[in-house]
Amino acid sequence: MKTLDTCKPNDTIIVKKLHGTGAIKRRIMDMGVTKGTEVFVRKIAPLGDPMELNIRGYELSIRKEDASKIEVE
Amino acid sequence: MEIKAALTGNPNCGKTTLFNALTGSKQRVGNWPGVTVEKKEGTYKNDPSILIQDLPGIYSLSPYSLEEVVARSYLVQEHPDVILDVVDTSNLERNLYLTTQLLELDIPVVVGLNMMDIVEDKIDLKKLARWLNAPVVEVSALKKQGLESLMKQVKNESAKKEQKPFLFSRSIEDAIGSIQRLLPETKQTRWYALKVLENDSRILEELSLSKTDQQKITKLREAIENEFDDDIESILTAQRYDFIEKLIQDCVKRKRTKHAMSVSDRIDSIVTNRFLALPIFVLIMYGIYTIAMGSTPFSIGTIGTDWANDVLFGETIPGMMGSVIQYFHINPILASLLKDGIVAGVGATLGFVPQILVLFVFLSILEDCGYMARVAFIMDRLFRKFGLSGKSFIPLLVATGCGVPGIMASRTIEQDRDRKLTIMTTGFIPCGAKMPIIGLFAGAIFGNSSLVATSAFVIGIAAVVVSGIMLKKFKAFAGEPAPFVMELPAYHFPSLSNVLHSTWERGFSFIKRAGTLILLSSIVLWFLQSFGFVNGAFAFVDDNNNSLLALLGRSLAWIFYPLGWVGDMAWKATVATFTGLIAKEEVVNTFGVLYNFGGELSEAGNEIWTLVAADFSAITAYSFMLFNLLCAPCFAAMGAIKREMNNAKWTWISIGYMCVFAYSISLIVYQLGGLLLHEVPFNFFTVVALVLLVGILYLLFRKGYSEDKSNISVKDFSLNKVRS
Repeated sequence: MKTLDTCKPNDTIIVKKLHGTGAIKRRIMDMGVTKGTEVFVRKIAPLGDPMELNIRGYELSIRKEDASKIEVE
Repeated sequence: MEIKAALTGNPNCGKTTLFNALTGSKQRVGNWPGVTVEKKEGTYKNDPSILIQDLPGIYSLSPYSLEEVVARSYLVQEHPDVILDVVDTSNLERNLYLTTQLLELDIPVVVGLNMMDIVEDKIDLKKLARWLNAPVVEVSALKKQGLESLMKQVKNESAKKEQKPFLFSRSIEDAIGSIQRLLPETKQTRWYALKVLENDSRILEELSLSKTDQQKITKLREAIENEFDDDIESILTAQRYDFIEKLIQDCVKRKRTKHAMSVSDRIDSIVTNRFLALPIFVLIMYGIYTIAMGSTPFSIGTIGTDWANDVLFGETIPGMMGSVIQYFHINPILASLLKDGIVAGVGATLGFVPQILVLFVFLSILEDCGYMARVAFIMDRLFRKFGLSGKSFIPLLVATGCGVPGIMASRTIEQDRDRKLTIMTTGFIPCGAKMPIIGLFAGAIFGNSSLVATSAFVIGIAAVVVSGIMLKKFKAFAGEPAPFVMELPAYHFPSLSNVLHSTWERGFSFIKRAGTLILLSSIVLWFLQSFGFVNGAFAFVDDNNNSLLALLGRSLAWIFYPLGWVGDMAWKATVATFTGLIAKEEVVNTFGVLYNFGGELSEAGNEIWTLVAADFSAITAYSFMLFNLLCAPCFAAMGAIKREMNNAKWTWISIGYMCVFAYSISLIVYQLGGLLLHEVPFNFFTVVALVLLVGILYLLFRKGYSEDKSNISVKDFSLNKVRS
């Protein structure tokens, strides 16, 4: 299973499934990360975490820990 | 007739700018009852019959964040006449997601398309209005364009009293219909039905449905989940976004290709660059710090504060007060209350106003232009290890100048837990007013060694880190998981009116506090200092040694016995600690008075160094210094804690925690340090010190409550969790 946290800057991927539960999962979905969405990995923060994604035309920052719950392809 | 309009929208959509433009100065700022979420309302400046309620910036109406709960309770319970939904056109997809949820509340919605002027894409407004079943008006909050036609629509729509919702796919609509029939008839049955279907714990609690109804609903939900092979929240979210995608295909002609670099992205490629991000961040912070609190010729904040302290509250006002007192032959006791109590106490606090205003101008600019979100992005990794947020860096840095604006700067932290922890720990950082204390002991005892000041900073920072790690493991903090899923808004020029508004709000709340809490505590302390028993009679005393405060110091000095405050210095040290609550530099002045030094004392109290050296050993001096650096901050900072916590319980927890922490650390340092230096014999308190040390180590390394975070199910988020 490939997850979002393992992606490198400039990768373009498609969201396959969201794992996890509760507040964090809902928040990630509310921000537009839903099944089938195209995600572009813009960069990783200078200290190695979090990561910056371009999704639905805007920039979203997400921790790797939470990104590991997002299955991509 | 009055029209209630609720102003909603995503964070960073220009809602605040629009609110300021619509209401001008006719605003009331407060807090939503019981929570730290800011509440603003105002009337439309061209038509006072329209009351605009500014709701917190939110991305969704889910039950998980404080802001969302506040917003949706207002919309459902207060039932405004119309919703004014601000949509950032440059970020249409995500902004319209909230719109699809607002359409379900059966309250007329008017969509204000903001920032149309900066978007290259062509948008067909008529088509968009048809898709949404709501009027769409183009506005520019920044340039104040389109406001009148927007408000005309708001007024028209408010008369309609109903709103067509956005529709899900067939089977889901059928399920919603079936649930609606089970629910009591209210205005917003559809919204309630949808929330029940979504398994929204708050709404389920509110409705208290019967067992059989609950079973029916679970069956409906499971049927849908099976049909789409996903959980219900994912299905509904996906359908909303699918709808928006179709809408955009129909209404928007895209000019820019996907993921192309915008101007904002280009700025970001430098500002959050892997190598440049940290140096740029340090440079910006250094610049702001220098201008607001440094001691260079450009440091306008410091220049203003020095002037306020030395001239305004040092000479002008006391001088004027003196003439007034002479002219009216005011009773000497009253005169002392006015001069030594009120002017000195309130003046010491108000003197910080120039620094605070300069600082907040800069912080407001950073916030408004979008850099603050990058600060969190850059620093997050470092700070979250201590249970703090990336944005906690700014409060901590500011606190090296003054703790009050530091604590107030914590307001930019969205996550409740991170904000509370930041407020609780910011006071540990040695502020400018604590420097004289360090100077006094460094000079009197430690031969002016610079190591003393350095160690004070190291201990201050260590106190923040240690407290963060210890506290984040407690249930009260771990119980509210704070998702760090944050938008990095596009950079834009800060709006002057936003910057001025937010600077003024913060500055004024500080000034207001000086007039209330600080005034009161100054009077109380003045009373304790000025009255006492002379030859058995209660009287006004000139000599502080006979005052009630000295009496109080003598009777409370035993508390500090375990910290090594023994002998004649014990009560002096105790009194100085109490007066330090007015302002920390008072500690040194108090020693001056208590050691009967007549003249004007220099800042670090050089004149009394020999007297202090006779009373304090190295280890007692260090224990006293540590306690005063870490214990409850001055009244002004306590007031700031109260304001930012907006909750009496948490205010007392913070102050109590600081005192207990300071006491424990001083005790450990005195007892164990003294033992090692052969100054303190092994005694009962050596054991106490060891127990405390083990206790702190245990709290540091124990498995935190947060470990179970992933197991918390949706149901565990009961109402009282967010209320607390």
